[in-house]
Amino acid sequence: MNNQEVTTDMTQKPVKGRSLWSDGIRRLRKRKFAMVCLVIVLIYFALAGAIYIDEVLQDKFGEKGYEGISLFQWNESIGPSYQKPWLDYEWTPEDSEMSQEGWTFFGTDFLGRSTWRRTLYGAKTSLTVALCASIISLLIGVPLGAIAGYFRGWVDDVIVWFYTTLGTIPYILLLMAFAVVLKDATLFGHEIKGATSVYLAMGLTSWVGICRLIRGEIIKRKESEYVLAARALGCSNGRIIFKHLLPNVFHIIIINFSLRFVGFIHAEVILSFLGLGETDRPSWGGMIDAARTELARGVWWEMTAATVAIFFISLALNIFGDALRDCLDPKLRTD
Amino acid sequence: MTAYIIRRLLYMIPIVFGVLLVTFCLFTLVGGDISVQIAGKNADAETIAEIRHEYGFDKPLFVGYEPLVDDQWKEPTDPNVLASYIESPDGDDTIILNDYQRIVAIENAKRQWLGGLFKQRLSDGRILDAWSMLDFNSQFLSHFKKAVTFNFGRDRERQKISEKLLQGVGPSLALTVPMFIGSLIISISLSLIVAFIRGSVGDFVIVVVCVILMSIPYLSYIIFGQLFFAYELDWFPIYYDPSRPMAVSVVLPILIGIIAGLGVGVRFYRTIMLDEIRSDYVRTAFAKGLTTPKVLFKHVLKNAMIPIVTNVVLSLPRLVLGSLLLERFFGIPGLGYLMIEAINSRDFFVLNAMTFMMALLIVIFTLVADICYGWVDPRVKFE
Repeated sequence: MNNQEVTTDMTQKPVKGRSLWSDGIRRLRKRKFAMVCLVIVLIYFALAGAIYIDEVLQDKFGEKGYEGISLFQWNESIGPSYQKPWLDYEWTPEDSEMSQEGWTFFGTDFLGRSTWRRTLYGAKTSLTVALCASIISLLIGVPLGAIAGYFRGWVDDVIVWFYTTLGTIPYILLLMAFAVVLKDATLFGHEIKGATSVYLAMGLTSWVGICRLIRGEIIKRKESEYVLAARALGCSNGRIIFKHLLPNVFHIIIINFSLRFVGFIHAEVILSFLGLGETDRPSWGGMIDAARTELARGVWWEMTAATVAIFFISLALNIFGDALRDCLDPKLRTD
Repeated sequence: MTAYIIRRLLYMIPIVFGVLLVTFCLFTLVGGDISVQIAGKNADAETIAEIRHEYGFDKPLFVGYEPLVDDQWKEPTDPNVLASYIESPDGDDTIILNDYQRIVAIENAKRQWLGGLFKQRLSDGRILDAWSMLDFNSQFLSHFKKAVTFNFGRDRERQKISEKLLQGVGPSLALTVPMFIGSLIISISLSLIVAFIRGSVGDFVIVVVCVILMSIPYLSYIIFGQLFFAYELDWFPIYYDPSRPMAVSVVLPILIGIIAGLGVGVRFYRTIMLDEIRSDYVRTAFAKGLTTPKVLFKHVLKNAMIPIVTNVVLSLPRLVLGSLLLERFFGIPGLGYLMIEAINSRDFFVLNAMTFMMALLIVIFTLVADICYGWVDPRVKFE
């Protein structure tokens, strides 16, 4: 009997409402250009992930003869010093007598290392830094903003005071100060090295914006019917905040995340230029910094490669982030 | 109005206090004692002790203890005992302390001994004696004193920090004020045009160009700009030359700065203009037969003034700070250059002074912006 009931229900085809998310994603799919940008972003992430996995495998199976993917061997000399891109060349490696033929996509640097490989590896460094910084800033900003907006009162006063204080200090000064202080510092018994100090500094200083945004949204939504209903059913405050309110502002977090990500990639460049970034491994910022003195000697390819790499992911993220905002939050639409 | 300003001025106090707290945590608690770096590698114990005293590293962090008259303090001389008083004697068995470590160890030993005395007096009920042992002349207090009196002392090269900051303001403003005015005029006029032709091909092209401009790293603008226009074409000086007037040296950095910031600026003002141009009064103005320039510049621009003025006033204090990268590349001796020098030499004193002064300026200008907001928009009431 039960089965029959179900089948009759199926034939009637009840009208199923679409959620905000499926609606937004449907709109997003229609924008072909935004989808192309998403693919570009995904390619960058896949590349960074592949390099990461390759490194883990090398760590584990290095003794058993796993040599890793040659494209990711950024430290290997593959040609003469400052070889120009797009040209066939002959060269003799230091440890052999035989001369070899070669061709590079993006030329080589002073040590004969491939700029192309270093640029690819830079994706891993830069994306790791930007991702960790975003996660840290979200982990601080979102709960603080939600708590401030939900509870108001003295909790709100303290949190608002705290972020106003941080917001009062010019961001670049605050970021530099954190990066300088954290570089090679020892915190809670852990030594902070290389890229860690970069994303810690960026994450710890950049949560103010998202915190302010989430606080405003929660204040707007805390008196809505679904919150009142949840409260009437006896939900705890924590459950209302994290199960009911935050999922409803999650699209704001996602939009903010995608647009913020670009800023972190660019900030990494500036920090690397100031000598506060990753120094042992290639990063786009480090490449630009290294190439800046060689530029006058006509070595333009290292600088160009890093700039182009940053340019494409920034462009893709900027366009995709804008499209995401238009699709997920129609109220924010600018045109 | 007056009551509002007074209340806002009072609200500035906790903010400034918060800024001081943040800088104290950053530069004193986490940054730590950099007297060894100041003294150099081959400094003897006396020099280190002197420097520690000069920069106040020998003071307690928050509250310390002073011995009473009849307390006799004996310095421990056994290196084993001393080594136990410092955090990490390099983790190995050799207990040969260097000069700095010995000084810190003796300080810590004395502090612990006095702390013991203090606790004993408290438990004995001699609260007055214990109270008079407390020494409030701490690093925390001097950090506040420095900020309140604007006397930031000297930097690592023993130059007066306040003088250095004042010297940097001029060149920084010479760079940033023309840059700011230039990009403001271009952004606002472009955004007005774009808002007017919204939806057309021209609008699309300008928006795309803006996103492209935004996506190029700032450093690449500077490096390529310097290479082509100063080095290859030789139109502008590559580097600041004190014998030539400042105006010659800042032209290229100003141009680079304007172009690099144009993408963000046009997009920001375009959003504001679009909000206005959809309003009813614009339709009315066109309907009664006003010309397009009259509508755009007399009606739309005037109404868009509210967010523009707020944004301009809020940007003003940041102009003082100059431009970190532009000043570094073109050798303009402004505050940005000073900041990079301070970062490279880990000169926390300069960074501390700079952070505080900038924060103070921004707090003041935020208040000015709020007052201006009421001035350009009569609907805003101060409560």
